[in-house]
Amino acid sequence: MVLRDAEVRRGGRVIWSRGNFAIPLGTVTAVVGTNGTGKTTLLDAELGLVPTSRGSITVLGRPAGQSNAEIGYVPQSYISGLDSNITARQSVLLGLTGTKFGLHRVTKEEKDRVAQVLRFVGLEHKEDYRLNELSGGLRQRAAIAQALVGEPRLLLLDEPLANLDIASQRSMVELLARLNREWHMSIQIVSHDLNMLLPILTGAIYLLDGHPHYSPMSSVLDSDLLTHLYGTRVEVVTTPQGDMFVTPNRRLEPEGRSQDTHDVHEAAVFHSHDHSHQPDQPRRQEEPQR
Amino acid sequence: MNVQFAFDPEWMSVLTAPFMVNAVEAGLLISVAAGIMGYFTITRRSTFAAHALAHIGLPGATGAVLLGLPVSMGLGAFALAGALIIGALGKKVSEREIATGTVLAFATGLGLFFARLSSSASQQMQSILFGSILTITDAQIVGFAVFDVVLLLVLAVVYRPLLFSSLDEQVARAKGVPITLMNVLFMAIMAGVITVAVPAVGTLLIFALVVTPAATASMITRSPFAAIVVSCLLCLISIWGGLVISSMFPTPPSFVIVTLSTVMWAIARAAKTKRG
Repeated sequence: MVLRDAEVRRGGRVIWSRGNFAIPLGTVTAVVGTNGTGKTTLLDAELGLVPTSRGSITVLGRPAGQSNAEIGYVPQSYISGLDSNITARQSVLLGLTGTKFGLHRVTKEEKDRVAQVLRFVGLEHKEDYRLNELSGGLRQRAAIAQALVGEPRLLLLDEPLANLDIASQRSMVELLARLNREWHMSIQIVSHDLNMLLPILTGAIYLLDGHPHYSPMSSVLDSDLLTHLYGTRVEVVTTPQGDMFVTPNRRLEPEGRSQDTHDVHEAAVFHSHDHSHQPDQPRRQEEPQR
Repeated sequence: MNVQFAFDPEWMSVLTAPFMVNAVEAGLLISVAAGIMGYFTITRRSTFAAHALAHIGLPGATGAVLLGLPVSMGLGAFALAGALIIGALGKKVSEREIATGTVLAFATGLGLFFARLSSSASQQMQSILFGSILTITDAQIVGFAVFDVVLLLVLAVVYRPLLFSSLDEQVARAKGVPITLMNVLFMAIMAGVITVAVPAVGTLLIFALVVTPAATASMITRSPFAAIVVSCLLCLISIWGGLVISSMFPTPPSFVIVTLSTVMWAIARAAKTKRG
């Protein structure tokens, strides 16, 4: 993706301007910024849904909007379709056939493709659950499967981790990592919380002072930049799990609080009654909501 | 006061009367239109907009009587105008319940005003509000049949993009589905369905015929196509059941139609809740 002096307006108001950067293929990029800085607008501009009022945006070698067949898009409001009886399988199939006018029989290739993608995102055996019977995390996977089924080269996700519990966030990040590694897919993720994504990010677009900037990850992990970006004190600490952002607020913490440094497996032992817990047991699959 | 609620032993002869034959045919044609579009209405979460369209049609209907024109023509014209405006403004607007509700109330008031301007409109007000399936004419049957054929042809072309945009407008738009066209088309067809279904149950009870059977069908099926077929069948059971029961007992058909539709919905709903 290449931005040249790009500016976007909505309703006559400049959302952001002077975007000048290029992001290489095969990277995993976070889109960060405080509320209302135009993160979702950036995705809309890449899809050509919002025109640039100045400059240009090039995506996958063509002007924004012309590569959409090669872009998978997962919007924030993946709660859509909850009033409907549609199943995960049908929803994903629409990702292939939903733009076709006229009568078509669903081919065996299309069915196989849908099954393959559902397997990849971990929804095998859940294909015929209705979307409204799945938990938030599984519904998010169904939305990603719908985006993947058209074999995109670039995947755009808007807040894919919002409203997910920590375990679902973690497996979502693992899924994105596999997509990047095994399918060589370029990924852009709008997110408020970078901590979960840090292990897989190669860079970040940060919307700061009305302009989009891009940097490789090494220079984003800078306390001063992050503090300026989020408008609140942010520190970068190195933990056994990797680098992490923290926003210390000494005024709210009780005095003498010690830091808890147990990792997931250690913490799991607390819940195991016989204390012979195997740390490497496969994680239990999420149960669908009924 | 002497309320008569007795079984009519002559009900078979009522059922075979010529006006009843028209009602039975109309029931079939209305069920096809309402059953199909009901499913899309629920998927798009536009149920309130659909309900509002019927009320926006009301001043058209009473105004048409005032001018000596057919009720369907006035109803259809007003519903279509309302549909095109709501459709052009986009799906988000149809979720704006306060604006829609305000326009709905104003339109109903305007309908009443037109009705008061002439005695014939006053007389027809009851049947416009609550339906009069037993007075459907041969010409109306032909009109319904033409509408159903057009509906099926249009859907054969737009079925998948309409379903896609109904389920997830943002993704469909990014994939190149013409969203505004789909919105306008959906609302225009909805105006047609309202015009076809009002003679059966009237503008006030239309929700129970256009939305309720589709909601029941969605609860008991697992694919859009199955839901549409079941929704049409439930509509048909409601209307035909309404005709049979209202010829056995002295009740208005609209009441029985709405009751059957509601009871089936309540049973499906209770069964679903019990299953957990």
